[in-house]
Parts: sequence; C-alpha cells; structure tokens
Amino acid sequence: MKELLSGNAAIARGAFESGVTVAAAYPGTPSTEILELFSSYPGIYAEWAPNEKVAMEVGIGASIAGARTLVAMKHVGVNVAADPLLTFAYTGVNGGVVLVSADDPGMHSSQNEQDNRYYAKFAKIPLLEPGDSQEAKDMIGIALDISEQFDTPVMLRTTTRVSHSQGFVEIGGPKSIAIRPYVKDAKKYLMVPAFARMRRALLEERLAKLKEYSEKSPLNAIEWRGRAIGIITSGISYQYVRESLPGASVLKLGLTNPLPEKLIRQFAGGVQKLIVVEELEPFVEDQVRSLGITVSGKDLLPDTGELNVQVIAGKFAEAGLLSPSEKAPVKADGLVTAAIPGRPPVLCPGCPHRGLFFALRKLKLIATGDIGCYTLSGLPPLEAMDSCICMGASIGTAHGFGKADPELGGRTVAVIGDSTFLHSGITGLLNMVYNKGAGTVVILDNSTTAMTGHQHHPGTGSTLMGEQAQAVDFEALVRALGVKRVRVIDPLDLGEITKALQEEVAAREPSVIICRRPCILLKRATADDVILVQTEKCRGCKACLRLGCPAISMKGKLAHVDPDACTGCGLCVQVCRDGALVKGGSANA
Amino acid sequence: MLKPVDLLMVGVGGQGTILASRVLAMAAQEAGYDIKVSEIHGMAQRGGSVVTQVRMGEKVYSPLVTESGADVVLAFEKLEGLRFLPFLKPGGIMIVNNHEIPPVPVLIGAAEYPPDILERVRTISPNTFVVDAFDIALKCGNPKAANIVLLGVLARNLPIEREIWEKALSARVPPKFLEVNRSAFAAGYEYK
Ligand SMILES: Cc1ncc(C[n+]2csc(CCOP(=O)(O)OP(=O)(O)O)c2C)c(N)n1
Repeated sequence: MKELLSGNAAIARGAFESGVTVAAAYPGTPSTEILELFSSYPGIYAEWAPNEKVAMEVGIGASIAGARTLVAMKHVGVNVAADPLLTFAYTGVNGGVVLVSADDPGMHSSQNEQDNRYYAKFAKIPLLEPGDSQEAKDMIGIALDISEQFDTPVMLRTTTRVSHSQGFVEIGGPKSIAIRPYVKDAKKYLMVPAFARMRRALLEERLAKLKEYSEKSPLNAIEWRGRAIGIITSGISYQYVRESLPGASVLKLGLTNPLPEKLIRQFAGGVQKLIVVEELEPFVEDQVRSLGITVSGKDLLPDTGELNVQVIAGKFAEAGLLSPSEKAPVKADGLVTAAIPGRPPVLCPGCPHRGLFFALRKLKLIATGDIGCYTLSGLPPLEAMDSCICMGASIGTAHGFGKADPELGGRTVAVIGDSTFLHSGITGLLNMVYNKGAGTVVILDNSTTAMTGHQHHPGTGSTLMGEQAQAVDFEALVRALGVKRVRVIDPLDLGEITKALQEEVAAREPSVIICRRPCILLKRATADDVILVQTEKCRGCKACLRLGCPAISMKGKLAHVDPDACTGCGLCVQVCRDGALVKGGSANA
Repeated sequence: MLKPVDLLMVGVGGQGTILASRVLAMAAQEAGYDIKVSEIHGMAQRGGSVVTQVRMGEKVYSPLVTESGADVVLAFEKLEGLRFLPFLKPGGIMIVNNHEIPPVPVLIGAAEYPPDILERVRTISPNTFVVDAFDIALKCGNPKAANIVLLGVLARNLPIEREIWEKALSARVPPKFLEVNRSAFAAGYEYK
C-alpha cells in the first residue's frame, strides 16, 4: 500500500517498522513532527527531553541497554548534543541508534543554516542523506542495520524540503526486534583516557570498514546517461538535478560519510566534466578534490541558501553547460512587484507576550533575547528586543552586559520563554547569581513550547505519551539557584509589568519576574469580551497600533477592532488614553 | 500519459489550504498521478503567508514549483495571489478569492494594501477567475467552506474526473460537514 507521507512522517514510520522502541527529542523546525508522529505508534516509548543533549544521552542509555533508538533534532540542536555525540562515536552502540539532524538551508525557521554533514565527519560516524520520503523511510532501517553491524551511531540528515515535502511511500509491517542483552563492558562504555585511547584506534578501523561498505552499498550508485557532464549529488539536490539536467550522468550518493573513493574515481573517469551539486557547503566537493580529481561545484553554484531547478539550470546555462531555459518569465514584473506589503509572522491577538514588550519599549530598556514566539517582538512595531543568538543565550548575554558596563547592565533585561529556560537558561541564571550579577530575568511562562507548535515540556504537567507528569515549580527552582527577588505577574496587566520592571531593574541583585499566562492558542478565548471602539471618544491617536495586534487597525481616522480576531485580552484598553476602547462586545455582534 | 500539472496554493495561516491540498492529493493519487506536496509551515499560525506547492505527473522529482512554472495559482487571499503571480506560467490560470486580509504593516499604517490587485492580476493573466468564495459558501450553509468552493473552481480546471474529486472529498472531510462541503464544491465546480 502506498501513502502520501512527509519526510518526517516517513522517518517516524521507518523507525516503527524497523523496531525502534525508544525515541527522544527536543522540538525544533523542521524536525518536530518526527517524534509527534512516532509517539502515536503502538508498543513504543517516546519523550520530549528538556534539550537535545539530554535527548542524545537518553538515546545513548537506551542503546547501551539494548534497544533500537531514534534521536531527532533540528540542525542547531546537534550543537547542544555534540558533547555526548562525539564520545558516543567512540563507545559505539548496543541497540542501533540513528540521530536525525533536520537542517534548514535558506533558514525558513532558524537562526543559521549550518551544514551538519560536517558533524558526521567530525564525529567519524556514517552519514545518510535521503532525497525524498521513500528514501527517508528506507534509510532509517538501513541506518539502524549499519549502526549495529559497525557498532556506531549513524546520522541521517534531512533538509526542510525533505522533511516537509510529501511523496508516496510504500508502507510495510513492523519488524519485531528483540532487545539485545546488556553486558557490562567498561572498556567499551567507560571513556576514561586509557579506555578511550583503545576505542580511538578502533574508530579508525571502523571507518576503514565503513569505507569499503560505502563502495559497495546500493545507496551509492552511478546512473549512466550522457558522458559530457557527470554530476555527483545527494539528498534533495538529486531531485533538482534530475529535472534541470535530465541528460547528465549522475553519481547519486545516499551514504556521504565516509565517501566511496573508488566509485568516485570510476565515475570521474567516465565523464568529461565532473560537477558536484550540493546545497550549502562544498562538503563532498572538497573531499573529491582532495583525491586529486578535477572537479567543479561552488565555482558554479551558490554556497548559501537553497538550490532548486531554476538556480541549477540558470547557473549551468550561464557557464555555457546548458542551453538557456526557454521559459519566458512573466512579463510586466514591475506591475507585480510594485508596492507589495510583506506579511511577516506576528504575535497572535491575545498573545500573553505582547504586554511585556510594550512595557520594555516604553521604559527604553535593553532586552537581551532568546528564541521563541516572543522573538517576534523584535520586529515592528514593538521592536523591543536587542539580541537573539541561540536558545538560552539571553541570561548569559545580560550578565555580560552588566560585567562590561554596569550602567548598561542596569538597563538590561534578559527575556526567555519557559521551554527555553528549561532547555538551557537555568545554568545562565546560576552563573549570574554565583558571579554576583545584578541582572533582571523575565521568564515568559505560557505553559507550552508555542513556537514549534505547542509541545509539552517539564513545566506543563504532561508528557509526549499523554501522561500526567510532575510540573516544575519555577519559583522554587529559581530560588534554589539563589535568586532572592522572585515575583509572578499577569502579563496582561501593563501597570503591574511596568512596576515590576522598574523595581527589579533598580535592585542591585539578581531578580526573576515570571510572566504567567497560557498561550492564547491553547485555550481559544470565547471572545464574549471583545473590545469595542467608542467612536465618539477615539481621537485617532494610533497609540493602540503600537501594540502590533493583528486585530487592531485604523478605519478611516478611527481605531477599529476586528471582532472575529479579538480575544478580549484588554491590553489596548490599557493603552488608550481616551477611554475609547472598552470591553463588552461579542464576536459577530 | 498523464498531463503534468504544477500548482501553488497560497494564503494566510488558518484559511484551510491544508484540507484543500489533502483532497487534491487524494484525487491526484486516485487518478494515477505521482505527486509531491511541499509545505512551508511552522509560522503559519502566526499570521504569515502560507504556500503549498503541488506537482503532479508520471514521475515527479523536485517538490518545488519554479517561477513562471505554475499551471495554476490558487490564491485564498488577494494580496498573496499578487505576491505569487511571478510563479504563474504564461497562459496559466489564476484563481483568486475576492478576500482581503491586511498584513500587519498595513494595519499599523506602514504600508498600503494595494487597491488595484485584481486589475494587476488580470493584466498579467487573462485567465483569471475572481471568486467570492465566502458569499458562495455562505449560500451553501457555512462560510468556512470557502476553501472547498475554491477547490471546486480548481477541480474544474484540472484533468481529473469529477467523480474522483467527489470521492476524495468524502474521504477527507468529516461526515458532519460533508453535505455543506459537497454543495460548496459543486458551486465552485460550476462557477463561471
Ligand atoms: C538548540 C535549539 N533547539 C530548538 C530550537 C527550536 N526552537 C526555537 S524556540 C523554541 C522553544 C520556544 O518555546 P518557549 O521558550 O516556551 O517560547 P514560546 O514559543 O512558547 O513563546 C524551540 C524549540 C532552536 N532554535 N534551537
């Protein structure tokens, strides 16, 4: 039977069919659906870990205990998980392990576009790159077999277009795989220097064997067509190559670490011009060149952003390797593109994050930020966030501000979401207390991981398996770290927020403000209390527009509230100086 | 030999593009097509633009529609229709819901919602259908079925039999809403 599945759904299906019984992850686009979907299969266990390092470590434990294991994360998550990963490469596995790294070329929803294939090379572990959903499913099974056969974790790297594109997948039944017995083996699993040195040597032996495997694996195969141009490619780029250069010979690589040297030489010898087509970095190209083979790649094609059929055809045509495409672009471009306003994502109507950023801006405070829905407050009209680097960075950054310049530090607030605080904010706060910082940290506790689609975390009281769980007590947690000034406020009360910010910023010791109110999307407001504009009072001052609420606009010269979008949060009522906005409407009134 | 079709469905998060693309995918499968459907989501609920790319043919490699490559652009919102017009093939079909959702730059007065979208679209693409999908859906019993009205207009312009569409609709729409959606689909299909 064939089903239309996204790459992520195919990965989840593949893990189920291949006997994976334990899976751990931290959400992150474009990887999130893998665990969400896997968790719905029978007879398995899946969990959201608080961060990717913990997810990797849970995977390591499950593997050593004998289970086939899946660990999934977005590309930057592998930075967080890199520490356990690079030594797990030494110990190897018991039950097979596949680590899915979902990369995001083009940064559709990420802060960078790092090419995680280098992690596989760095860790000296096998790397598989599926190019569509069927391959994604099949390669999960192959990855687990390789993992057990060669005693190594395996990385499967997708990209957004593989993870989020649907294609037909042949559905199979689940394989039942017995848990392997655990045998105590300190020389394998206890990585102290003496044992690690032994494993280090084995790592090279394993890599040599994997290289042999890579030469013979059907994952790496030559498709002979015309001999004038030969393309080496992998992952999604293969699909683009087949359409833009249908006549070219192709060496399609599914297993890209270690590379099949002999196969590459054979292919290079059979074509007149050899070109590597790959997204982002010249990962394959540099290695081919280092074999002493003349090869092209990034001299023709961009090394940033995504590739597609058009880019490849265009660049090949420019280089005279292809007749220019006959497709005429739509004419009258000026007519189309003139003055098209953008449609950036925005905080939802009723979002509990909005009030804080309005107040931060009003008080002219510096906000070192973090990643989550609240990062949208950095865009107009709120423009209330100064920095965003990686998850958890806000607190260390604010502390650094204070140490570099206490006066600046005294005007700086770290802003961090609840999921992000539990992911990697706790240690930053611990540091601020220990090293005598005086920063103010705002934790935006909306009871969910909203940005990635509402996943549970240790603060929500539920698990991925749908069970009730102990919810972390944020107040007690930050007090235990040594913070004495802790207060909880309702982020829909602008007066309370403003007062709290002024007092805590002035305090010469670390303080934490917890803004507590669930994400508006978790509990759709009934909107009996939507806001009405009393048109006789509105002077058209536009103060309410500065909230950046999608429910508020100007109709003519007066404020207008869309009753279907308004949730009645009441922030605009507090912002209006003329008392023109009042509660009491109802949707479709 | 199945005629290959590339199309884009564009709109704003929450407009029901996902259901429409599911019905379409099922109909295409039933008609014997290979198909790829590519969605960029994640920020969809936060009011950003959403694009679903659909490619159908004997064998589909790339999941992405190229610029000037779409046989049909189905726009659930006017501004998004204009934005993605460069993807339409010369001579391709444009289907536009006659509906405006102003984006935040417009709401806060930093930009103007272009007043002449339909003229601009029509100038570039003579094969434009402007559909009052909400009014039509309302007449069918539920304005939320506007997405299915638009799907009906699309269906009429694709080389797949009507019976196949109706079967796919029944399979993908919850029984409770099937009657409304059936009449919404029919109204779209018979739209002139
Ligand atoms: C290392 C890493 N893992 C995952 C992500 C993806 N990601 C971005 S923000 C976020 C969590 C946001 O949750 P929270 O802090 O609760 O803020 P909210 O979106 O709910 O406002 C996640 C998982 C990331 N950017 N980096």
